Amino acid sequence: MSILGTRVIRTEDPRLLTAGGVYVDDLRTPELNGAARLTFVRSPIAHARITGIDTSAAMSEPGVVAVLTVRDMDDLAPPPPDGGDDAAGGGEAPMPLGGVWSEPLLAVDTVRFVGEPVAVVITDGRYQGEDAADLVSVDYDPLPAVVGPEASVKDETLLFPAAGTNVVKARPVPTDDAPFDACEVVVEQDIVNQRLACMPMEGRATAATIENGKLTVWHSSQNAQLCRMILCGALGMTPDQIRVIVPDVGGGFGAKVGIDRDALIVAWAARKTGRALRWTETRSENLVGMTQGRAQLHHIKIGGNRDGQILAYRIDVIQDSGAYSRMGGFLPMLTCLMAPGVYDIPEVQAGYRAVVTNSTPISAYRGAGRPEAAATIERAVDLFAAEIGMDPAEVRRRNFIAPDKFPFQTKAGALYDSGRYAEALDKVLAAAGYDELRKEQQRRRASGDVRQLGIGLSSYVEITAADAGAGETAKLEVNDDGTATVYTGSSAHGQGHHTAWAMLVQDELGIPMDQVTVIHGDTDLIPVGVGTYASRSLQLGGSAVHKAAIEVKDEARRQAADMLEAAEADVVLDTATGLWQVRGDPDTSLSWGQVAGHTSGGSLIADVTFTADMPTFPFGAHVSVVEVDTETGKVTLLRHVTVDDAGPVLNPVLAEGQRHGGIAQGAAQALLEEVLYDADGNPLTSTLADYAAITAAELPSYELVDSETPTTLNPLGVKGIGEAGTIGSTPAVQNAVVDALAHLGVRHVDMPTTPQRVWTAINEAQKASNQ
Amino acid sequence: MKVDLTVNGKDITADVEDRMLLVHFLRDVADLTATNVGCDTTSCGACTVLLDGESVKSCTVLAAQASGHEVTTVEGLATNGEMHPVQRAFHQEHGLQCGFCTPGMVMAIVSLLKENPHPTEEQVRQGLEGNLCRCTGYHNIVRAALAAAEVSS
Repeated sequence: MSILGTRVIRTEDPRLLTAGGVYVDDLRTPELNGAARLTFVRSPIAHARITGIDTSAAMSEPGVVAVLTVRDMDDLAPPPPDGGDDAAGGGEAPMPLGGVWSEPLLAVDTVRFVGEPVAVVITDGRYQGEDAADLVSVDYDPLPAVVGPEASVKDETLLFPAAGTNVVKARPVPTDDAPFDACEVVVEQDIVNQRLACMPMEGRATAATIENGKLTVWHSSQNAQLCRMILCGALGMTPDQIRVIVPDVGGGFGAKVGIDRDALIVAWAARKTGRALRWTETRSENLVGMTQGRAQLHHIKIGGNRDGQILAYRIDVIQDSGAYSRMGGFLPMLTCLMAPGVYDIPEVQAGYRAVVTNSTPISAYRGAGRPEAAATIERAVDLFAAEIGMDPAEVRRRNFIAPDKFPFQTKAGALYDSGRYAEALDKVLAAAGYDELRKEQQRRRASGDVRQLGIGLSSYVEITAADAGAGETAKLEVNDDGTATVYTGSSAHGQGHHTAWAMLVQDELGIPMDQVTVIHGDTDLIPVGVGTYASRSLQLGGSAVHKAAIEVKDEARRQAADMLEAAEADVVLDTATGLWQVRGDPDTSLSWGQVAGHTSGGSLIADVTFTADMPTFPFGAHVSVVEVDTETGKVTLLRHVTVDDAGPVLNPVLAEGQRHGGIAQGAAQALLEEVLYDADGNPLTSTLADYAAITAAELPSYELVDSETPTTLNPLGVKGIGEAGTIGSTPAVQNAVVDALAHLGVRHVDMPTTPQRVWTAINEAQKASNQ
Repeated sequence: MKVDLTVNGKDITADVEDRMLLVHFLRDVADLTATNVGCDTTSCGACTVLLDGESVKSCTVLAAQASGHEVTTVEGLATNGEMHPVQRAFHQEHGLQCGFCTPGMVMAIVSLLKENPHPTEEQVRQGLEGNLCRCTGYHNIVRAALAAAEVSS
């Protein structure tokens, strides 16, 4: 029986549970003996000219090795001054924009967000750095701060004057009103998809040392190879001069893709000073310095007929990119691509403007552009359903892309591979007991209960492995002692790659999991790899391991045939025992170790890249049940029931874990979490005392329903599951909150649905009904 | 100043800065790196350890305050190579993903179950309000706590 699809508990856990992981700050490797600590001096002002930096007081502090500013970066290509010659614009690739929009390493003469690195202090001791950093005196000449994307699009104050605008990338929204004019009902709404902190439990952390011209950088990242490529560009070095090692990583959620400017500065400073350096950011640094997510404003228009048919949908997105465009138009492009969700809408009009503001830069956060699309189309469908007085489940059923229409090209330009949307919704409604919930809701409404019940639905589709063509690498070695080693270009940071990849090897080769070692995140051992993001690991990295195993098996068959003096066609592998035999002759058997030992090098090796032709499109449906205290506005999430279909499940333990974590992060957006700034661009949520990271006390246990619709795009038939929970849960929870208040006249509440916001919505609706 | 702590049963004496936090003493002096720092406002619980058997956030205790006392970290929880029931439950129930919050989370649950050996799910959730996890959505952490309580009963 295949091990695939069975509940295998993780091989990673015993070490993590008894000795703890080895995250960057835990490294006790000899190369880092005596490493100095690096502390950043960061801008306390959102937008200002730097008129002077005095480091003398800091330099005279005990334990200070060096204080470095941009003036010390004389060994680098000069940072682009304001007013580079590259025209405004930029691409939709997930890369920083150059030219006039370039982001320096240390600030040159302007700071554009609170938290921007201005100088670094290098000290022998841990606490000395904070003392000395306080003594670095920076003179700032404040400029007006651009706070929020609505202010930015007015172009009254420019962050990059040479660009002539704050709009870094735009795709105009088609404004053909004819399809809406033909509708019986049209609803419009402004919808906020608020800025969130990614907040992995381990913040950013980097260590670096240079010896004999070779720079070694340990970095908490989702992809070592991309780090090395970016380091080469920033420091003017070649790949053979740099080794990047990614040790255990305490969560990433998109914010640890590659390596950002702070970590590049650490690597540069290690080269500059010749000292081994460590930097581990504090949470207060993390909440202003690490890229954040979402930060979109939407204006939508949805039209259709009273029979429930949706005929036209328009979404106008303003993407807050933060102070520097790390992603160009990528995030809002994905939002537009996924705008119509699971619905067969004849007319879709989508466009965006991505703008810079004086705030922490925005980048990928679990879902990256797709949760925003799902949240808004699901809100829009509910608004439409409320307007025509139809049950939201029924409106969804009447507009789903039918299962016989796949592969389906949407009007937004995506080609969905497979999906059974109505089935997912019916399954989740049955599991939730939808009809009973509606009856209970009616009972509470009729009795005027203070605590009203809300039932929220979402049906979603998302795109995973969007860069399927980039593929992923795997090298598999079977050694003459019968063990196997997998070198994967994918990059584990909690997902359970080590368990999953070993399962794939055992399944294909019959080498027991405990004889399989999985190695990731070291560019000396794995020079080529892509990494973990966009829910790509299993479908690309896992398929690569599968492909490598098949190649190893083919070579082993040739070797075994030679050893057994049999025709290749007669040699078979018993995957239950891991033994090679001549068919029908159990007395002749060879172990993997024997076969590997027969090769000239003493091991069987396959080194492969797996690429897929297209991305995959997982889907699902969520039901959320909330209770809203109509006197205080407090929302309690009572139940969350989900169908999340990402194809066949390799290991239900791991897949469920991904769904759980995703649901919590998505619910957190709907209920609590929000990064806030004041009118001057000062962050108001820069500690965990202020940022409302969701806790166990605010969440229920989740109810998961299985569903498996395979894709044909990879040999495992799998799609990505890493972000599905996040994408599905946010709209379900938000819709549930609005649903609880619908009978009071509330038609929309923006996220997060805090008590204050809910209370205000109830009161405003009451005032309106009294007039 | 001179401090003298018993950490996981081992006596450790050291001369440290007055302001040294217990968590940094554990990590930098005792070289026990399982206990992590996740914030600077006593909010996240990644640094939770036992001080004389009671859970504390070691980022908010000075090494000096712990002098003369016994500290237990997750490294000191297993006995004779056998995982503690809470550690075992975390493994069985998939109560961890990236592992960063895990040592603090495990210690918090050890303490919680000592105070209340048979908690309800609601009591576990309230009891863990001071420990953040970003990976698991808490579902399997809560299950692990309830499973460990079951085993211990």
